[in-house]
Amino acid sequence: MSVLSGPMSVSLALLGLLEREPSHGYDLKREYDAYFGHGKPLSFGQLYATLARLDRDGKAIAGPAEPGGGPDRKRYVITDAGTADVEQWLSEPAPPEPGLQSTLFTKVLLAVMLGRPAIRFLDLQRAAHLQRMHELTELKRSDNMADVLLADHGLYHLEADLRWIDHTAARLDRLTQAVRR
Amino acid sequence: MSAAIIEAIIEARGVAKSFGPTPALRGAAVSAARGEILAVMGPSGSGKSTLLHCLAGILVPDQGEVWFAGRRLDTRSEAERSALRRDRFGFIFQSGQLVPELTAEENVAMPLLWSGTRHGAALARAREWLGRLGLEGLERRRSGQLSGGQAQRVALARGMVAGPDIIFADEPTGSLDSVSGEGVMNLLTDAARQEGTTVILVTHEARVAAYADRYVVVRDGTVSTLTGAAP
Repeated sequence: MSVLSGPMSVSLALLGLLEREPSHGYDLKREYDAYFGHGKPLSFGQLYATLARLDRDGKAIAGPAEPGGGPDRKRYVITDAGTADVEQWLSEPAPPEPGLQSTLFTKVLLAVMLGRPAIRFLDLQRAAHLQRMHELTELKRSDNMADVLLADHGLYHLEADLRWIDHTAARLDRLTQAVRR
Repeated sequence: MSAAIIEAIIEARGVAKSFGPTPALRGAAVSAARGEILAVMGPSGSGKSTLLHCLAGILVPDQGEVWFAGRRLDTRSEAERSALRRDRFGFIFQSGQLVPELTAEENVAMPLLWSGTRHGAALARAREWLGRLGLEGLERRRSGQLSGGQAQRVALARGMVAGPDIIFADEPTGSLDSVSGEGVMNLLTDAARQEGTTVILVTHEARVAAYADRYVVVRDGTVSTLTGAAP
């Protein structure tokens, strides 16, 4: 599970890490994976493509290759334009995503429409959600505060889904009357 | 799941219980293995607290059986069930329910004193548990001088101090903010795992249930075991 999705978020997260301190590509990837990767590490291909784009767009500057072993000896430094992008991104709220057309919703509605056992599906989904919540709760025993914060983020979202599942289970009769032909 | 069947330390079989004309449980069946943390979930009024009270011998079912450690519990006398609750079970409720006139250490020592442990030894053991739950320095405080989270940790120490086989926890974080609640749940589950204590955890909160090894849902007075439950 990656916290960030989409190339925009990846490049802005990399810029943010560069604002903290200039960095070589490899170190940047290591930092990114530690804080934001979570099971989905950034590929070197995506890393260097993103860094090349940031360089091209004037958001970060690649220094000259430094003497030393290995191919990765360029040090990247954020520019004022890059800092302005980070500042702008952090000052905007992320779009609230109500997920009105989520898979969960679609499955429940279809099950009811087709006369299939929606309550059984809701029970299975509840079990799957609880299982994931159990895993995230275990993850919270970690000393890494970034992991704890991320696990909490997941837990609150799963909890919201579960409340919807319970609420829907309690109103299946009315839903059935409303959608069946 | 098979462990719960093979080594059930506590089990309800077909338990029914009504209050006047209102049925709270209609044939509820559930069991927990030694050392297992079992969450009993369900909406308000589903019968989950009544189930906990029947398992703990506080209420006697109208029908069905309750077994503890291989023996029927529900057919024993009130005095026997009371002794069982004192010697083998620990309890944690939503709001600590500490005795306000007593200090934290005296509250914790109570179950030991009831069982005949000498005063000095009981207080020493109480202080040990308070220290274990991060409450060093608060031994002499009364409940009015403790935060909600601290009071609940004192209640946890009181529940654990006599080395019970089972802890019954009814909405143990219900009166706490999320951070304090999390602290109590971490301590409860850690202590139970270290001591091999079974926990029957009644909660309507999924975040609290997520600490359990396994969960069941009480709905309209019956228990459904969810497939795909936690390992």
